[in-house]
Amino acid sequence: MVATPTAPTSTGRAGAGDAAWLATLAGAPLPSRRQEDWRFTDLKALTALEPQMITPADPLAAVDLPAGLERLSSSSAAPWLGQALAATASAEHWPVLLNSGASAAQACPLLALRVFGAAGSLDLHLDAGSTAGLATFRLLLVLEPGSSLELLLRPSSSGPNALSLVSEVILAPGAELKLGSLAFGTEESCLFQHTAVVQAAGSRLDHTAVAGGWGLARLEPRILQRDGQAFSRLRGLQVCRGAELADTHTWVRFDGPEGELDQLHKAVADDQARSVFNGAVRVPRAAQRTNAAQLSRSLLLSDRARIDTKPELEIVADDVKCAHGATVSRLQSEELFYLRSRGIASDQAAQLLQRAFCEEVLRDLPAAAASHGPLLTLLGRA
Amino acid sequence: MIRPDAPVLLDIRDLQAAVEDQPILKGVNLTIRAGEIHAVMGRNGSGKSTLSKVLAGHPAYTVTGGRVLYKGENLLEFDPEQRACIGLFLGFQYPVEIPGVSNLEFLRVATNARRAEQGFEELDTFAFEDLVRERLAVVQMDPAFLERSVNEGFSGGEKKRNEILQMALLEPLVAILDETDSGLDIDALRIVAGGVNQLASPDNATLLITHYQRLLDLITPDHVHVMAAGRILRSGGKELALELERTGYDWVDQELDRLAAGGQEAGRTPVEVG
Repeated sequence: MVATPTAPTSTGRAGAGDAAWLATLAGAPLPSRRQEDWRFTDLKALTALEPQMITPADPLAAVDLPAGLERLSSSSAAPWLGQALAATASAEHWPVLLNSGASAAQACPLLALRVFGAAGSLDLHLDAGSTAGLATFRLLLVLEPGSSLELLLRPSSSGPNALSLVSEVILAPGAELKLGSLAFGTEESCLFQHTAVVQAAGSRLDHTAVAGGWGLARLEPRILQRDGQAFSRLRGLQVCRGAELADTHTWVRFDGPEGELDQLHKAVADDQARSVFNGAVRVPRAAQRTNAAQLSRSLLLSDRARIDTKPELEIVADDVKCAHGATVSRLQSEELFYLRSRGIASDQAAQLLQRAFCEEVLRDLPAAAASHGPLLTLLGRA
Repeated sequence: MIRPDAPVLLDIRDLQAAVEDQPILKGVNLTIRAGEIHAVMGRNGSGKSTLSKVLAGHPAYTVTGGRVLYKGENLLEFDPEQRACIGLFLGFQYPVEIPGVSNLEFLRVATNARRAEQGFEELDTFAFEDLVRERLAVVQMDPAFLERSVNEGFSGGEKKRNEILQMALLEPLVAILDETDSGLDIDALRIVAGGVNQLASPDNATLLITHYQRLLDLITPDHVHVMAAGRILRSGGKELALELERTGYDWVDQELDRLAAGGQEAGRTPVEVG
């Protein structure tokens, strides 16, 4: 009997270093650096993976759901699935295809939640563990009118594997979601985190994504304000050192008037690390009186580190306020000298300044994040 | 207070310094003993702010000649943080805003660095809060400023008060106050000067760098030095400051012309007046 060449290999080292199994799973070839969206993103950490699937523990199994929150079965979730991906034009994105293909090939926990009241807070640990291979998670959040939730996601890895997380979020009118993600990996692990959000008028999204320590991290928050008149607050922080690569591509589109966006993305790159940020904002003609502000601030700590940052605004409506800015700097020498002139040693002074830089984003995470010591993990020492 | 037998805290000999290869200090001589208050006056560009930055160890300035002894030790060998820990303090003309670093934490880390050098135990958060609240009184500062980021959004007067608060906590032996009077209204000036006077003792010394007499109406200097073209041109008592107020700095140009004509070396020796 001959093994079918299209089936994912489940054991053995034969396929390591060879991306064919990933392309097969995704049903599409791996992104290439000739594609604009991937031109700075070296996928070698991904292609080095052992070709096998990891079945992760179900993060909801160990959690008592608060009132106002209900877990949906696959069949009740089915009508909702795919909506946010389609709305944010990302159903065909390679990381999404990989997640879908892997989910279909292997039982993967579907974390589908319906929120119908003031649900309070929830902390979910999505752990790829230390096993080699690929772990996938799929999350669906449906917030009904006027409901609210504060959710902290903690994707993590401690081994040579890739964690793929696709989240779909649907916010009804008046719904409020504070969605934090605190993702820590190792230099031999990869993170593909895709978050698609559709917001109805009058809804509010506070999304803060923090990632550190991954050999390769690709984060793609995508938001559609379906009818405008909603509020989106986006915060991002990526810290990379060694030979790590962190890449965030955000996309926000307003399909109605009077939508608001307040976005701040921060990056710290040390050693030979590489940080990429691309922030797309789409303001078509229907989106009059949109008020959008995007700021990217990066801290370059080494001569060999590299930062690519790019705002990408496409504005057709004529009555809008859209501000954007990008800065890349070293630690400010006058700030360092001021601290040193007060007796604070230069490495401690640098640490204080880096902490301050990161805390501006960290403080927007859900309160539950504090108990996981994000600063300590991001910066090594406090 | 002048006591000829008081120990020398700072001894500056023929100090020369440059920034980006541009010579700024061209042979500064100054001796400061415990208990003394010195004022260095001079026009913009005379080198007086450079002197303060060189003494504090600002990395943008290169010492190209001369020496500085601090309690008999070569000050120029120390990093800026070591200089602070052993008791040298620079009050900044433009205190730096540091968003995201809490003023209280900054003050605590700085105070503990100095205490460690002095052989005192580190203060924990609670012990430090007690100390800082007591020292706030020196500059009549609102405790609310402790909760804010270092100098962020502070008015000019609040920044200068925060400098003197740091001085009150660090208890330096030699405090160099660079244009501490600039940007202050008269009430803030009184508070800041009052703080400096409270902190002055027979064991420490203060070097005021200033443009105007008005600070010296409130803090009486024992010695006044006039700086021009990177050196001290004249030294005298407090009456020299009054004379400057009356006559302005025009004589400086004549003096510099005379020195230029008479050769450079003559300028290296301060001319004593009064």
